[in-house]
Amino acid sequence: MKDDAIPSQFPVEPGDPTRRNFLKLSSGAVVLFMGGAAVAAGEQTATGAPAEAAAIPPVPVVPVPKPARTEGEALEAYNWEEHRYAYLIDTAKCIGCGSCVRACKKENDVPDEFFRTWVERYLVSAEQSYVDSPNGGLEGFQPAHVAFVPTKAFFVPKMCNHCRETPCIQVCPVGASYRTKEGAILVDGDHCIGCGYCVQACPYGSRFINEHIHTADKCTWCYHRITKGLKPACVSVCPTGTRQFGDMHNETDPVRVAIEHERVTTLQPHHLTEPQCYYLALDKEVR
Amino acid sequence: MPEMSGYSFPNDIHVTWSLMIVMYPYITGFVAGAFIVTSLYHVFGRQEFKPVARLAMATSFCFLAIATMPLLNHLGHPERGVFVVITPNFASAMAGFGLLYSFYLIVLTLEVWFVYRKEIIETARRSRGLKRFVYAALALGTYDTSPEALAIDHKAVRLLCAIGLPSACMLHGYVGFIFGAIKANPWWSTPLMPVIFLLSAAVSGIGLLIVLYQAICKFRRAPIEAPTVTAMARWLWFFLILTATLETLEVIMLAYEKSESWQVVGKLLGGPLSFSFWSLQMILGSLIPFILLFIVVVMNRFLHDRIRNTLTMIASLLLLVQVFSMRWNIVIGGQLLSKSFRGWRGGYTPALFDREGVLVALGLLVLPFVLLFIFNRVLPIYSATAAEEEHDQEPSGPASSEAAPAGGIK
Ligand code: SF4
Ligand code: SF4
Repeated sequence: MKDDAIPSQFPVEPGDPTRRNFLKLSSGAVVLFMGGAAVAAGEQTATGAPAEAAAIPPVPVVPVPKPARTEGEALEAYNWEEHRYAYLIDTAKCIGCGSCVRACKKENDVPDEFFRTWVERYLVSAEQSYVDSPNGGLEGFQPAHVAFVPTKAFFVPKMCNHCRETPCIQVCPVGASYRTKEGAILVDGDHCIGCGYCVQACPYGSRFINEHIHTADKCTWCYHRITKGLKPACVSVCPTGTRQFGDMHNETDPVRVAIEHERVTTLQPHHLTEPQCYYLALDKEVR
Repeated sequence: MPEMSGYSFPNDIHVTWSLMIVMYPYITGFVAGAFIVTSLYHVFGRQEFKPVARLAMATSFCFLAIATMPLLNHLGHPERGVFVVITPNFASAMAGFGLLYSFYLIVLTLEVWFVYRKEIIETARRSRGLKRFVYAALALGTYDTSPEALAIDHKAVRLLCAIGLPSACMLHGYVGFIFGAIKANPWWSTPLMPVIFLLSAAVSGIGLLIVLYQAICKFRRAPIEAPTVTAMARWLWFFLILTATLETLEVIMLAYEKSESWQVVGKLLGGPLSFSFWSLQMILGSLIPFILLFIVVVMNRFLHDRIRNTLTMIASLLLLVQVFSMRWNIVIGGQLLSKSFRGWRGGYTPALFDREGVLVALGLLVLPFVLLFIFNRVLPIYSATAAEEEHDQEPSGPASSEAAPAGGIK
């Protein structure tokens, strides 16, 4: 059953940390597998036209695992001084299934038409490019028809970059946006006045005003999960290991190792916001 | 779902800052602009502005009184608005707002009080019952209308005005800063922004006063002073030239640099903003008033009073539209584009009945005039005594302040 959760066409090496964590997490929890809920886009297979190169094979919905430990146990062991988190996205691995977007919506009650994370699709040729993200990639992607012949196509997951030099914290007039010791950028929902200045200031479109609670909302790296030793929901459900979450205070953490040794980049580096969300294999077309 | 072109980040399809945030700079623009007019008389001693000095001060005051309303109405949690003052994050361009606003409010209130002090006391002396009580309270316990006291009043007014002018400019330039300092938005992020905001504030303030002054004179069946209209038209023309030049320069710079941002800004100006920017702001709002005022300024000697009044009136009304469309194009325009620089929203139409909709915005525009009406009832802007007072308040030299007693002892 657990093995079914990860489709066989995306082999994961036995030592893959993401997978190991995923299995560990789900081992203590009841994993409900929604076999019937195949992704709508998945049922539409590519017909072979070059423009549809980005259409994706069927991918099952992977549910978010429930916390393995009780809240009390986990929080007791947790000391926020001991962590500094970072996020790594290997765009070469992303298949655009949108599981992460769905997981995030559920986990965090994200209102319709707003996104804490989304997935973009790029169809690129030497001369032209086409980008879309239908409903943030929530239902995966339908085949795209473009008027040129793309020579490459790829998906790019996006989310808050948890910048170290954040314009969003800088502009908050009441200090409701803040950074935790672990490096997560959060919004104090009891203090936010809902002015929307931070929404304007974020160069990445990562924030929005939540229409239900009328305050700023954004990716928290699933702070309620990571403080219990879990991974963010999007990381947990990613079937390909595109999304990885790690601790820079842990020398052997694969995310830290990758950031230290691979050629990583960040989004819109010219803004000097020092994102803590790093990308592998990012194309120049991506902003 | 709004109509979208290109690729916008999914959260960028929403317009977070609504019509209220268009109204806010429009309203504070009047505050600053009207105050500039009042200062031209009180600080710079331009006698031509005497007939509108009080009106300008009252207008500035009434608009200031409601300036926070659109902001509070826009907040997701208006009840927490006070946090901006209690727990300010001074790294934020917005945090100083409370301080600046309160400071300017105090300065302006004091100025109003000093300008009207003598009349308040006289009204208190003249009346009885509740009215007497109210005016006595307004006099704040000092009933000194001796020549010395009045001389001090005049000095205080000039000093307050000298402090008020930079504060009014700060209050409004600061609004421009809030937009100009957002590096994420290519349509906002320019150091020119505060300057453009300030200059257009002067335009809207002088424009509004031309309209108000002429309307009030008609209503009172009083003559419209030709030198006053001429002087205001000249200043209006001057500020219009500066504003329109900078607004055009900003666009030309972006276009000429062909920077990344032009990819989306250019599309915006050619698409969803083409009407409000080119037709309204640039042609109807800037070019036509420029020509009308050009006629007034250059051919003033040959103009019949009526024609001059009509020309300045039309130019002013058009400029009120210009300034509004400029606020709209910046505030809303900046949110139509996506920070992906690849896409933009087809347009934005505020709802009619929404909490932040058109009706509320219209209400906000009418409210200051209602306040002005009440203000005028309590502290008459034009009255027999006011006319004398105006004569007393010759800001040029001590001789005039010494003349005050004549009018003061009654
Ligand atoms: S991505 Fe945007 S919301 Fe996230 S930390 Fe950076 S500036 Fe703030
Ligand atoms: S919306 Fe909330 S978090 Fe964002 S700047 Fe305003 S008060 Fe701060």
